[in-house]
Amino acid sequence: MTYEERLQHVSVLGAAGKMGSGILLLTAVEMADLSLKPGNKGKTFVLNAIDVSDEALAGVMRYLRAQILKIAEKKVHAIRQIYADRHDLVDNDEIIAQYIFDVMNVVRPTTRLEAAYDSNMVFEAIKEDSALKIKIFSQINQNNPKQPWFFTNTSSIPITVLDEGAGLGGRIIGFHFYNPPAVQKLVEVIRSNQTLKEVDEFALAYAKNLRKIVVPAHDIAGFIGNGHFMRDILYAVEVVHIFMDKGMSISEAIYATNRISQEALVRPMGIFQLIDYVGVDVCSFIMFVMNPFTRDEEIHSKLLDKLLEQGIKGGQYSDGSQKDGVMKYEKGRIVAVYDPLKSEYVPVSQMQAAVEAKLGAMPAAPAWKAVVGNKAKDEILKPYFTQLKSADTLGAEITRNYAKKSREIGKHLVASGVAYNDADVNTVLLTGFFHAYGPINEYLD
Amino acid sequence: MKKLRRKVYMVAGYNTISMGSGRKEFHPKKDRPGLEDYIKEAGQGTLKMIGGAKNVDECVIGNFMASRFNRQANLAAFFPFIDEGLRYKPAIRVEGACGTGGLALMSGIKSILAETAEVVLAVGFEVQNTVKAIYCADFLAPAGWAAMRKDGHAYFFPGQFSERAGAYFEKFGRETTRKGFARWYRNAIENARLCPTAQEYHNTTKDLEAAAMVEPNAKAFLENLTALDCSKVSDGASAIAIMSEEGLKRCGISVSDAVEVVGFGQVEEDITKPPPDKTALTTMKQAVSNALDFAGITINQVATAEIHDCFTVAGIMAVEALGLAEHGKGPEYVIAGNTARDGNFPINTTGGLIGWGHPTGGTGVHMAVTLWEQLKGKAGAAQVNIPDDRPYGLMANMGGDDKTLVSIVFKK
Repeated sequence: MTYEERLQHVSVLGAAGKMGSGILLLTAVEMADLSLKPGNKGKTFVLNAIDVSDEALAGVMRYLRAQILKIAEKKVHAIRQIYADRHDLVDNDEIIAQYIFDVMNVVRPTTRLEAAYDSNMVFEAIKEDSALKIKIFSQINQNNPKQPWFFTNTSSIPITVLDEGAGLGGRIIGFHFYNPPAVQKLVEVIRSNQTLKEVDEFALAYAKNLRKIVVPAHDIAGFIGNGHFMRDILYAVEVVHIFMDKGMSISEAIYATNRISQEALVRPMGIFQLIDYVGVDVCSFIMFVMNPFTRDEEIHSKLLDKLLEQGIKGGQYSDGSQKDGVMKYEKGRIVAVYDPLKSEYVPVSQMQAAVEAKLGAMPAAPAWKAVVGNKAKDEILKPYFTQLKSADTLGAEITRNYAKKSREIGKHLVASGVAYNDADVNTVLLTGFFHAYGPINEYLD
Repeated sequence: MKKLRRKVYMVAGYNTISMGSGRKEFHPKKDRPGLEDYIKEAGQGTLKMIGGAKNVDECVIGNFMASRFNRQANLAAFFPFIDEGLRYKPAIRVEGACGTGGLALMSGIKSILAETAEVVLAVGFEVQNTVKAIYCADFLAPAGWAAMRKDGHAYFFPGQFSERAGAYFEKFGRETTRKGFARWYRNAIENARLCPTAQEYHNTTKDLEAAAMVEPNAKAFLENLTALDCSKVSDGASAIAIMSEEGLKRCGISVSDAVEVVGFGQVEEDITKPPPDKTALTTMKQAVSNALDFAGITINQVATAEIHDCFTVAGIMAVEALGLAEHGKGPEYVIAGNTARDGNFPINTTGGLIGWGHPTGGTGVHMAVTLWEQLKGKAGAAQVNIPDDRPYGLMANMGGDDKTLVSIVFKK
């Protein structure tokens, strides 16, 4: 089966979810582009968007339309070429409207899993639950005579566990997009201990056509991205306790840790904002999934448990805006921080001055925006970290320790065989997490 | 030299802000003033200076494509909306793509000459930020022949002028030409920074020429031009009063406050034909030549010009069409600083289409307003020197790819 034939019948499981909808979008565009090639006239391309809720599927169709419009506007030159022989399509808006139709026309929203029984390949982006994944993979595998391939978006479950559990005989690969898949350039590719060579080759070709950067990771729970992120969270919780020992309240300590991890470390988001972005529940669940596979290490946070017990979940609304979580947001700005001891949000305005006084003077950090994508970022970061090295305040000390810990986590991922090398770890953090610099660096040496 | 049957003046020019990307107050996702606001502001601005609507005999409004940008036609009927005093007075709407404003002026001039009016209110406008640039390109494409659109560039007009730039590169050398573009851009922005209504008034780029020398990217936009080589998408309106001597008297305006129209050239070229020479604006050359002959002067007697630099390459070729530089020598002439505000022949002294903005149907009127201001010492911070022995200003307004041309010579 050629690449094109393989993509003639595809299903996305969990298509209405945050990751699934992105995978659906990218796959729909790739399939439609294939269908619009002159040689493919008359061939059908079917993409089942499978999810459990009709309402959510209706929402994902709206999302698709809006996103395809953006994509079409961006590549209007190429699309004009595609429809060069369509004399009824003249203006950009006519051509873009036709393209949107042609992409949407590939997609079949459905709540019936049976739709996947005809597919050549299945993208899976459902809940991080290995038992559920294994059950569904087995069901499809047993009922689908085409020996389908499974591309799982799991960010934490070893692929071998899924492969063996569902009896797929290597027709599976970890193809881990970053959130949101339509924007993030990074894909972690993880082979099981028996992933077929053809599956691997297809995965690389598909990633290339989607213009993604592929970083291979070994099949060890959490892989590189979550391997760093989850340990980063655990360290952040340690920092919260350090700040509390220095006399901060818990909400002050969370606020201070978030600021250190954003501003002082020159990251796009503070660690608690990132937890809210991903979802407290999702983070906690990823830890739960990873923990059994990590020896000599406890990947678990009592603080996250406590937040969840109190209904603090974060995550995003369907329009992509941030729900309240560990912190409260107004138009994307952090306005309050949750205090799990008192079960209430404390306004930032009430704590800002006290926190800044405790952290002490900090060297002026460059803005993340000014550094990320800047070719001369070394020239900005080096002097900043040099200043940071000699600064004698609590804030500076914590920042230094945080940066060192991040590096240590990265090094650990290589040493424990998750990542092939330091560069891959840095690539994941740079492209998957939009960090301005990789965690494995020499700025503080 | 031709003699007009009576003298024609222009006075009381008014420009709204040219709104669009670059202005601090512009936000593409927020509500903005509509065409009603622009027309009203510009029309009332001029009426205020001429003693009100009661003094106006006729009106002309120039607009290119409100039918698509704003879903609005029948535009002459907006005059009574500008001022109730214009109710039941004759008004007309004219259209000639980006040369529309020039046609509005010509329509007014002819009413004065026909003696059907002593005072004509001319307004030109376009409100284009209602759509993204990619659809703006659709709406502006009819300035060319519709039959050419299907095979044209997604950004149709930029595509046409990118081709012209490519032809010019090939014939006269790419590097010098691109340097000429960059200097043209720098002049435009530096001038715009002196004019509070200009779209690039807030531009703070330090090294303008370096910014303009960034290589074009055919995949993202055009083969031979960058975004800085192009005029932007603008919302704006301009208005001016066209009068006879009697009209000036009626409005209580001294002749010394008005500029006199001493020559014009109005020229059309076949829209279905490709340009005879991609490296030259042959129709503009004809129009300018007609206007100068009409006035009985040479370009050397002109102090400043407002010319149609919808693209830097058009600016360079316009310099040649005006006869300031030989064919192929435009870039060098510009690089030497001749067209800068302190140069021998300042051009587009408030930024032109690239710096001030290009609300397509309003541009021709804006040119007249700027020349009136410059020749009468009313240009504020943007004022350039008008030598006594060169008391003339010239405009060249172009519609489409060198198809509809209006050139007018004004005397101080």
